[in-house]
Amino acid sequence: MLLSPAPAPQPMHIPDGFVSVSISIIFWIISILIVAVALRRARRQLGERDVPLMGVLAAAIFAGQMLNFTVLGGTSGHLLGAAIATILLGPWPAILVMTSVVSVQALLFQDGGLLALGANIFNMAIIGVSVSYVVFTGLRRVLNGRAWGLGVSGFLAAWASIFVASLACALQIALSGVSPANVAVPAMASIHALIGIGEGLITAAALAFIYAARRDLLQPAQGSSPGILIGGGIIALALAVLSPLASSHPDGLEWVAEQKGFLSQARSAVYQIIPDYSLPGISNAALSTILAGVIGVVVVFGIAYGIARADRRAAKESSSES
Amino acid sequence: MQERYTHSSSPVHALDARVKVILTLVFLLSLNLTPISAWPAYILYLSLTLSVALLARVGTGFVIKRSALALPFMLAALPLVFTGADARPLALPLLRELGWSVPVSLQGLERFASIALRSWISVQAAILLAGTTRFNDLLTALQQIGLPHLFVAIIGLMWRYLSVIGEEVLRMLRARASRSASAPGRYRAGGSLAWRARVTGGMAGSLFLRSLERSDRVYSAMLSRGYNGQQPVEGLEPISAANRRILLAGVALLAALWLFGLLTGR
Repeated sequence: MLLSPAPAPQPMHIPDGFVSVSISIIFWIISILIVAVALRRARRQLGERDVPLMGVLAAAIFAGQMLNFTVLGGTSGHLLGAAIATILLGPWPAILVMTSVVSVQALLFQDGGLLALGANIFNMAIIGVSVSYVVFTGLRRVLNGRAWGLGVSGFLAAWASIFVASLACALQIALSGVSPANVAVPAMASIHALIGIGEGLITAAALAFIYAARRDLLQPAQGSSPGILIGGGIIALALAVLSPLASSHPDGLEWVAEQKGFLSQARSAVYQIIPDYSLPGISNAALSTILAGVIGVVVVFGIAYGIARADRRAAKESSSES
Repeated sequence: MQERYTHSSSPVHALDARVKVILTLVFLLSLNLTPISAWPAYILYLSLTLSVALLARVGTGFVIKRSALALPFMLAALPLVFTGADARPLALPLLRELGWSVPVSLQGLERFASIALRSWISVQAAILLAGTTRFNDLLTALQQIGLPHLFVAIIGLMWRYLSVIGEEVLRMLRARASRSASAPGRYRAGGSLAWRARVTGGMAGSLFLRSLERSDRVYSAMLSRGYNGQQPVEGLEPISAANRRILLAGVALLAALWLFGLLTGR
């Protein structure tokens, strides 16, 4: 198969070698856990009809990344698709579709590494979908069904999904010691603030088209998913707050860490085997703390969500017994 | 977008896909766990990928050309060269006369070169896996290793319709090119930026609508062929004894390479 206009190289797909093995494994575990939840939800909610729907839409998102338009000179805007998948399918199926897209890009086209696939799934499928879901549902509610609100919410959801995913990507690279945080975070953030505009414009225009042609597809049919709303909101907030912190005050944070002797404690024997873990010079402890914070938030959110589910099921059972 | 699989009847192609998947992952792990500046070990890893490429008759040139794909990302690691712990101003004759000085760190340079080299070899390994394994075999292998059925179904369907929908996209791009006139040279095609974005968005929207409708037809076609929500599962054959020996030998070799890397690197 040869399709002539190749998708533009996307600076979001991390190749192997740019995330350390420890970070890769951590993000593999996080991604597998969240995708497993998405699979269970999808199995329960979706009928057999939705399997071809998700497969064909995944192909459309993959192929749709070839749709581009010139922005300035040689640069072009094009679609990544997390936001539009979320809006059309709902968050859980969208996570499955985006995970399929990212996996096939890595497996077949070496767009993103295999060890780094866990991190790439986390950035593009999980963050991309949950952030656009949070922004889109939030803005739709605020703008309360106004016609122009659809385009605005679509634009901002798509822009935010790209931007926040790029922050996560930059932090992963910085944590791996491949790029200093005070360079990686601002660079990735500013590039993707621009790329996000292209994504946002295409998404908004696509939504306007679908609104004109098939309005029924845009009705919020599949209830809201409070789990994703909370989780996505927390991830977005945490990354948005912590990234500037990591990029502007790494030395200050490291100084505090050194004073308290964290640095020597933080390096256990495991990390001695993995030389990638130690950053040259700056911000090791600060960044580790930030990642630990993000992981902690995710874990706590997962546990809280599990308890809430179990609780609801117990309530349902007791109500059906009485 | 170009499929990497190239057919030939080599021992690498004939190897069980599960063995290839596992060996590729072990290779990537051992390579990326090798410390920085382990140059002799890197050369051995590189010679390993290139000799597998020779053995598989996919062409070393093909592998090297494809693996340039990860090059743009190396920009991300470039700052290491200038921000390492031992950075000191580099005194290049020409730069000094202009009054510029760039801090360059030798450690950072070593680190950057190691990262770049490891990444380049990693991409080669992934290319070899995709280049010598049919996608269906790869998917079956992943299913037997433990990829959930729903994923296998989604990815299988996605793969089947990728070329169909890809051609649909190409037709749309051709239609746009033939309708929005562009003068040769530096003149841009079409109208303002907003106009171009709106047209592209319309194309994306119409692509998704067409794909939704196509998925309905696909579903009816599947139903009429007896689809009941289950994908036919390929028989779970155990890995043959010969393949198992290759797997063990490969893992042992990679473990030895990793130990060698630990000894030679910093």
